[in-house]
Amino acid sequence: MSADEILAVDARGVGKRFADPATRRQLAALDDVDVRVAHGALTALVGPDGAGKTTFLRLVAGLMRPDRGELSVLGLDVTRQPQAVQDRISYMPQRFGLYEDLSVQENLDLYADLHALPLPVRRERFARLLEMTDLERFTRRPAGKLSGGMKQKLGLACTLVRSPELLLLDEPTVGVDPLSRRELWEIVQRLVTQERLSVLLATSYMDEAERCAQVHVLHEGRVLASGSPAEIAAHARGLCHDAEPPPGQPPRLLQARLLDDDAAIVDAVPHGGRVHFILRGATGPAELGLPARTLRPVAEKLEDGFMVLLRARSGERPAEAARAMPEGSGAAAAGEDAPVIEVRDLVRRFGDFVAVDKTSFSVRRGEIFGLLGPNGAGKTTTFRMLCGLLPPSGGQARVAGLDLRSARAQARGRIGYVSQKFALYANLTVEENLRFFGGAYGLRGAALRQRMQAVLAQFDLRGHQAQPAGQLPGGVKQRLAMAVGLLHEPDILFLDEPTSGADPLARRGFWRRITALASAGTTVVVTTHFMEEAEYCDRIVIQDAGRLLALGTPEQVRRQAGETAQRRLDMEQAFIAIVERARAARDTTEPTP
Amino acid sequence: MTGARRGAWRDFRRRLAALIRKEFRQLLRDRSNLLIGIGLPIALILIFGYGLSLDVRDARLAVALEDASPAAYETVAGLEGSTYMSTTVVRSLAAARRLMDEHRVDALLYLPADFARRAAAGDARVQLLLQGGDPTRSAAIRGYVEGALAQGEQKRRDRQGAAAGSGVVAVERMWFNAANDSTWYLVPGLIVLIMTLVGTFLTALVMAREWERGTLESLFVTPVRPGEVLLAKIVPYFAVGLVGLGMCLAAARLLFDVPIQGSLSVLLAASMLYMVVSLGIGLLISAFTRNQFLASQVAILASFMPSLMLSGFVFDLRNVPPAVQVVGHLLPATYFMELVKTLFLAGTYWPIVLKDCAILALYAVALLALARAVTRKRLD
Repeated sequence: MSADEILAVDARGVGKRFADPATRRQLAALDDVDVRVAHGALTALVGPDGAGKTTFLRLVAGLMRPDRGELSVLGLDVTRQPQAVQDRISYMPQRFGLYEDLSVQENLDLYADLHALPLPVRRERFARLLEMTDLERFTRRPAGKLSGGMKQKLGLACTLVRSPELLLLDEPTVGVDPLSRRELWEIVQRLVTQERLSVLLATSYMDEAERCAQVHVLHEGRVLASGSPAEIAAHARGLCHDAEPPPGQPPRLLQARLLDDDAAIVDAVPHGGRVHFILRGATGPAELGLPARTLRPVAEKLEDGFMVLLRARSGERPAEAARAMPEGSGAAAAGEDAPVIEVRDLVRRFGDFVAVDKTSFSVRRGEIFGLLGPNGAGKTTTFRMLCGLLPPSGGQARVAGLDLRSARAQARGRIGYVSQKFALYANLTVEENLRFFGGAYGLRGAALRQRMQAVLAQFDLRGHQAQPAGQLPGGVKQRLAMAVGLLHEPDILFLDEPTSGADPLARRGFWRRITALASAGTTVVVTTHFMEEAEYCDRIVIQDAGRLLALGTPEQVRRQAGETAQRRLDMEQAFIAIVERARAARDTTEPTP
Repeated sequence: MTGARRGAWRDFRRRLAALIRKEFRQLLRDRSNLLIGIGLPIALILIFGYGLSLDVRDARLAVALEDASPAAYETVAGLEGSTYMSTTVVRSLAAARRLMDEHRVDALLYLPADFARRAAAGDARVQLLLQGGDPTRSAAIRGYVEGALAQGEQKRRDRQGAAAGSGVVAVERMWFNAANDSTWYLVPGLIVLIMTLVGTFLTALVMAREWERGTLESLFVTPVRPGEVLLAKIVPYFAVGLVGLGMCLAAARLLFDVPIQGSLSVLLAASMLYMVVSLGIGLLISAFTRNQFLASQVAILASFMPSLMLSGFVFDLRNVPPAVQVVGHLLPATYFMELVKTLFLAGTYWPIVLKDCAILALYAVALLALARAVTRKRLD
């Protein structure tokens, strides 16, 4: 029997249960899952948070044992022979465990030794991996001092020190910027074509799943659909359209309106200055009350099929409570106000390293302002300076009319900050967290009670009050973090990569709330690695190596990247073009030694 | 078949060597590890050797001398000669009581006005008042004062000729610790503490760190075997423990002049055995907690503190309630403590050495087997 006749992974009726730590009830993480992974191809597992993707990969890796069903990996029963399977596969967990005290080279050496890689093979392999990951210059640097994207690439290199018969990747690109993401994918795809590597990958990026031969859609531990990306997309065939927003309005307003229309619309997202939406089967586009000339049918994509499948299953509607929020005059009208954030020639140095270099921009009241840039571009540093957490080395920054040099504490009272990591007390309940942070902001008595009720309603947290924050599902945690950030009704809300690792469904809900907040007059400053999310912003900046490369509306930025009427670009293409052009220019003017 | 086995053996050695190399690198690069493994033992040696002592020195004694006779002066002079006491002589009981009330003295010796007269009659009563807040200290002071008085009395009798009486006098000698110096038993006890600290606390911490940072999840899906992961943790920290042992031995000999009566090689062998026991506990704790904070708490509460309090280091186990005695005797540290003290102060007394080594060996085997059984390449 040749290797090709056996499937790389063959799961039949696999089930796995866990005990809920709070209620001690058994919860099914996986239920009757059938997944087949062919040799020499890419297979994707997609699905919302908690769908069971990671659990499935851990079962395949022999790190957990299924409660029921049969699971064979490379023709072996992984339940009985986990070590035999582990000798032949490679697995990159969501958080790859690099040894941070060890250098890049030492991490690679360790894995090569563990896989008993002969020395001559090793030399050739290392050279190739380092070249592919662009880490040659950093072999002596401790892994802990690499940027997020570089760490992921090193993790991938460590899993690939020898060619495994099956490669398992668990969300390898979460928190990785578009440039590093593209590089990671080039590495994987090269190995698939050159070495016929078999890959099983879990991802929440639909564009990544689109590159795979097979896609399995998981939802609440069950497989909703399996097939090629085109077959999954076909669930939305004939239902996809896009509409042009009224002139002078950001597309998110029309998108929010469409998304709220549950009866007729499955999903809506801003895209390329227009609004892409999926109709429910029974509705025709004419029934939406939009001017017919602004509408046109478009081809369906994997994400559309995914949304149709998911929305048919889960009754949950995104951000229901956000709809009830008062719709203000919106950014267009608020734009005449004086800027709430004004940054001029802002500089931040760490030793002789310049993290932020002479950056200037301003943000108007009620605007949604996006900070985009590769890992290590200076976004987080800029962010921390604006929040008053880090003093600038030079330049001026005024936030809510207050100078950050002289009135940092007052300025902090006017802003809300939601950090990238979950920064609430995991063993306090939702209500206790809210009460504590409310107190910390100086709210008490009736005012505190009233604000707590307001944010509980606004972020759909009713019913979760008595749950410990640490045990909430990912999406609810994130809503709680935002609720806490908004307790004291700040003028400005800062969000650092709020949607990292979130699935499309959760991201729709998130952005619907942001749209509602901005309409009510709150200014929102946000960083993201999902470039299509820039389309929700009124204006964006692109930073790289501490310098501001582009500033303007998404459309202006796309045009700066070279978009023409004939050649449309999406935000990701525009972003990559701008950053690469700037890097090329820098390399010619100041050659690196 | 033998070829396959030889291949497996070679792979095992290669993987183990790689893991041990990694472990040593991490150990040397992470300052917090070195601080716990080397810095803390040095601090403990200095604190226990110089800073801490259970001996009572410079006891402050007030003497209320209401009698001005030569006999009374002679008695007081005997007290003033002691290196353990500093005496203050006042003329009235009231003045001496004031010193007691103000806690400026630890004890009060009262020689009443009729002291000389009664002494001549053979009934020389004096009164000793002690601060009861610290009974141990007070008991020591009582011993000093009584000793000094008895000595004075003896001298007086000698001068008058033995005829005056035939008092029975006990001549005391402290065996195994001739100077009754507490560093003599604190320093050997320190070896137990330091080996527990490195073996259990440090090892539990570094292993739990691997669970917490997810490095084990990546490591598990390789040909590596769980036993190799454990073995690779044992080797470097065993070495660190030996460094601690070496420092203690050097300090004992060079700084504190503690004698080592027993055989040095038996002491080394017993210490290595205890090191393995201690490592076993550390690995077991980390396998259950999988969390650095919890692991350090459990290691301190379940291992370091009991070694300090219940092993007979500070408190004699025979004087504690039976329940505590049972707990004390469940601790491997108790047996090692007994062993180390015996080897240091009494000599190589084989019945104790063999009994304790056998118990420690049993612990070592059981703990390592248990650690191996609970450390599996599983996340559920």
